Amino acid sequence: MTTAHGIQSAAWLLIALPLLSAGVLLVAGRRADKWAHVVGAAVPVVLFGYAVMLFFSVKGEGNREINLHLYSWIPVAGFKVDAGLLIDPLSMVFVLLITGVGSLIHIYAVGYMAHDEGRRRFFGYFNYFIAVMLLLVLANSYLALYVGWEGVGLASYLLISFYYSRNIAATAGNKAFFANRVGDVGLSIAIMIMFAYVGSTSYADVLYGDTQLTKGVATAIGFMLLLGACGKSGQFPLQTWLPDAMEGPTPVSALIHAATMVTAGVYLIARSAPVFDVSQAARTAVVVVGAITLLYGCVCGCGQDDLKRVLAYSTVSQIGYMFLAVGLGPGVYAIGIIHLVGHGFFKAALFLSAGSVMHAMNDRIDMRRFGGLFRVMPITYGVFVCGYLAIIGFPLATGFWTKDKIIEAALDKGGTSGWVLGVVALAGAGLTAFYMTRALVMTFHGERRWEDDVHPHEASRSMTYPMIALGVLSLVGGYLLIFGGGLQHWLTPSVGPSVEEGVHTVSTLVLTAITLVVVALGVLGGWVAFGRKPVPISQPVGVSPVTTAARRNIYADAFNEMVLQRPGQWLSRALVYFDNRGVDGAVTGLAAGFGGGSARLKRTQTGFVRSYALSMLGGTIAVVAVLLAVRFQ
Amino acid sequence: MSAVGFAAGELTNGQVPLGEAVAFWILGPISLAGAIGMVLLRNAVHCALSLVATMMSLGMFYLIEQGPFLGLVQIIVYTGAIMILFLFVLMLIGRDASDSIIETLRGQRWAAALFGVGFALLVALSVGRAFKGSKPADLNTTETNAGGQNVNSIAALLFTKYLFAFELTSALLIIAAVGAMVLAHVERDGPKPTQKSIARERIRSGRPQPLPGPGVLSSGNSIGTPALLPDGSISHESVMASTPGLRELPAANHSANADDIR
Amino acid sequence: MTPTYYLVLSAALFTIGAVGVLVRRNAIVVFMCVELMLNAVNLSLVTFARVNGSLDGQIMAFFVMVVAAAEVVIGLAIIMSIFRTRRSASVDDANLLKY
Repeated sequence: MTTAHGIQSAAWLLIALPLLSAGVLLVAGRRADKWAHVVGAAVPVVLFGYAVMLFFSVKGEGNREINLHLYSWIPVAGFKVDAGLLIDPLSMVFVLLITGVGSLIHIYAVGYMAHDEGRRRFFGYFNYFIAVMLLLVLANSYLALYVGWEGVGLASYLLISFYYSRNIAATAGNKAFFANRVGDVGLSIAIMIMFAYVGSTSYADVLYGDTQLTKGVATAIGFMLLLGACGKSGQFPLQTWLPDAMEGPTPVSALIHAATMVTAGVYLIARSAPVFDVSQAARTAVVVVGAITLLYGCVCGCGQDDLKRVLAYSTVSQIGYMFLAVGLGPGVYAIGIIHLVGHGFFKAALFLSAGSVMHAMNDRIDMRRFGGLFRVMPITYGVFVCGYLAIIGFPLATGFWTKDKIIEAALDKGGTSGWVLGVVALAGAGLTAFYMTRALVMTFHGERRWEDDVHPHEASRSMTYPMIALGVLSLVGGYLLIFGGGLQHWLTPSVGPSVEEGVHTVSTLVLTAITLVVVALGVLGGWVAFGRKPVPISQPVGVSPVTTAARRNIYADAFNEMVLQRPGQWLSRALVYFDNRGVDGAVTGLAAGFGGGSARLKRTQTGFVRSYALSMLGGTIAVVAVLLAVRFQ
Repeated sequence: MSAVGFAAGELTNGQVPLGEAVAFWILGPISLAGAIGMVLLRNAVHCALSLVATMMSLGMFYLIEQGPFLGLVQIIVYTGAIMILFLFVLMLIGRDASDSIIETLRGQRWAAALFGVGFALLVALSVGRAFKGSKPADLNTTETNAGGQNVNSIAALLFTKYLFAFELTSALLIIAAVGAMVLAHVERDGPKPTQKSIARERIRSGRPQPLPGPGVLSSGNSIGTPALLPDGSISHESVMASTPGLRELPAANHSANADDIR
Repeated sequence: MTPTYYLVLSAALFTIGAVGVLVRRNAIVVFMCVELMLNAVNLSLVTFARVNGSLDGQIMAFFVMVVAAAEVVIGLAIIMSIFRTRRSASVDDANLLKY
């Protein structure tokens, strides 16, 4: 751990600058409408430039963790929290991802939101998101991380319900907010446990400090951190908000709900690796959650007709892969992070092209009314195909390098669990290929099922250029990341050394072949099911139970409604009843009693002096009588 | 002192002197009658007069009980000055404002009578019990009384032992005088009327000349006697509106007009 | 006859005054009844002086008279000003301060 010097000392600008621009854009009001998008898009580009310089300023293996003390944040007797930034390989990767992909999506949003009245507000929120997201990854303590964590929750809420006049968007925002609350409570409890047992929340003290966490405490912290991560990353059982979050503008879906914010859970677990190293139970939980979510997302993705929702479930499932990776333990963290970065590239590319399609189709997103778009939107089609190849793990595309590593690592875990996890990951790969093929075919191929009033066209250059950049990154990014073990090696100071090339359960070559066969089967299945015969304009009825379940996201919403919402409503109704009748009854009854009593009592105040005099005389007689009784008893 | 000696006589066997007893049995009923009369009489002036009778009797009692200073103060200041003040105010606000017979507060009289009897019994009983067997002292012979010079003794006490209280009463009296002035004072609403405004008002009223005086007739010249107009009819303006009735009518003819008035 | 008779007479006068306050409506008469009550107390005080053989009781009575004089001045002024505004000297008419 070294202290910051030179250019590194200005790292706080990463947070301050976008925060400042967000404040300016939101406060300036309508007079900023003309230039708001320029400022809003320029800020992340500047930040990216600075982040690159910061990246190259870090030299030497021993000096990759840089602590930048800012100021003493909460100095209370016996308890001291310093505000500071931690610039290490892990946070650096995230900073580059956030600012890089963020810049591209900001530029894309300039075109995408060009005709939207709320563009200034949008860029204000977007810049605010960049600020708090960077705070989240750069914080050097859990408490500062928590500030960023809540900040991105707010940004997510604001941007999901960006079209707040639409009921469905407002509801989706609330849903995301509530689900995130559940997770955030977990994170806050974890922080409190840290206070209680370590007396500090900084990474240095909690993770690498003198206080050794006992297994029980580590398990408690681990589970609570996992709960927080599940909420933020849309993992089982808090996954239901993420698909609904697609009600926000597409750049939001791309940046926040695909590339960066939802991966914060993965970051949290990778960052807290030492905690999970101590507690095997927490680690197992992470793996289980990842595996379940992985399959869940794939299955649900197969049943959706809304292109963005398909991509959202794909996000859910891909983050499941990442959880699986970071849950597998030392040596696999880096693979999870690499998949995260690659996923950031190709999922952003997919979302941006989906946004481009939406833009062309008058904001309609039902894939059953698409079809045959590849001729009129070649660039969008090309980018989508790049993302498609990357996500299904086509040889040499990003997914091929990153996802296959995770499958390999799962199998290498050994034992029955290793086989189970490996097969699940493999099945996920096949299903991914299936639903992505379905989406590709239904959107871009087949006959045109457009509605009458749409006239699709390619979007403006401010949208296509970022798309092309991300498409290219989707294809080659994975290779660049994995090249010579570069990123794995680079991440070592943060998450430990990568797994040694050693004995594999199944040799790499064979596994690659098997994976490719599974993926090919998935692609073929998708092509056979949807590419060879016309796609009906409306959802077919009388389908198999599996399809119905997939359409209804395996009844997760229904489960939540039945198990959580309904009893909650019953409880609140009962409480309202009790409050109205019981509490209010007691209060109003008492008040009415006193009111009625005093209304009668006040009748004695007749205003006649003689009445008062009479009662005075009566009182005097009483007093005299009592005195005499005492005196002459 | 002669005044004391006149009433007291010699104390015999713990009893007051015979002369005092006789005076008590005469004055006591008078004072009680005065008090009861004050409560029962409807006319406020009569009430005041019967209260005067009671107060006079009490003054006599003070004289008899070897308190000549208090007795004279009671008669001169209390009965003489304060009661006259009462009568002044009574005249000022209307002596005819006598109470109506009907009691407006339900049960007030019964309750008052009941409480009164109860209170009287209670106090009389307790006082009688407390002072049973008490003997009157001869204030003329006690040392505290400085040899029977009542006025001197009271003055000595007032200016020594009770000096502070005495000073306080002087302050109290001054405050009371100022307070009475403040309470009785009336602020003028408009500007002070000038000679000019009064004259203008008079012309405007339609009657610049003064009201006609009362009738001065052979049958009578009271202010209640109306003047007669040239046509022989009665001038209503010549008598005060508050005059209860025309006590003396001119014995002249014009009885028809007189009947109108009546 | 003993001085107790005076005290009993004083109690009777006091009670008559109190009853008068309760039953009369003319403010001046009520006020006179109050005066009667004060006088009854004075009689007691003078009698106490007689019984105790000390002049303190008479001094007390003297002070009561002074206070009564002050009270009469203020009370009559109040009655006057009430009468001036309400054209009535009845204590029952001044009953605005009520529920």
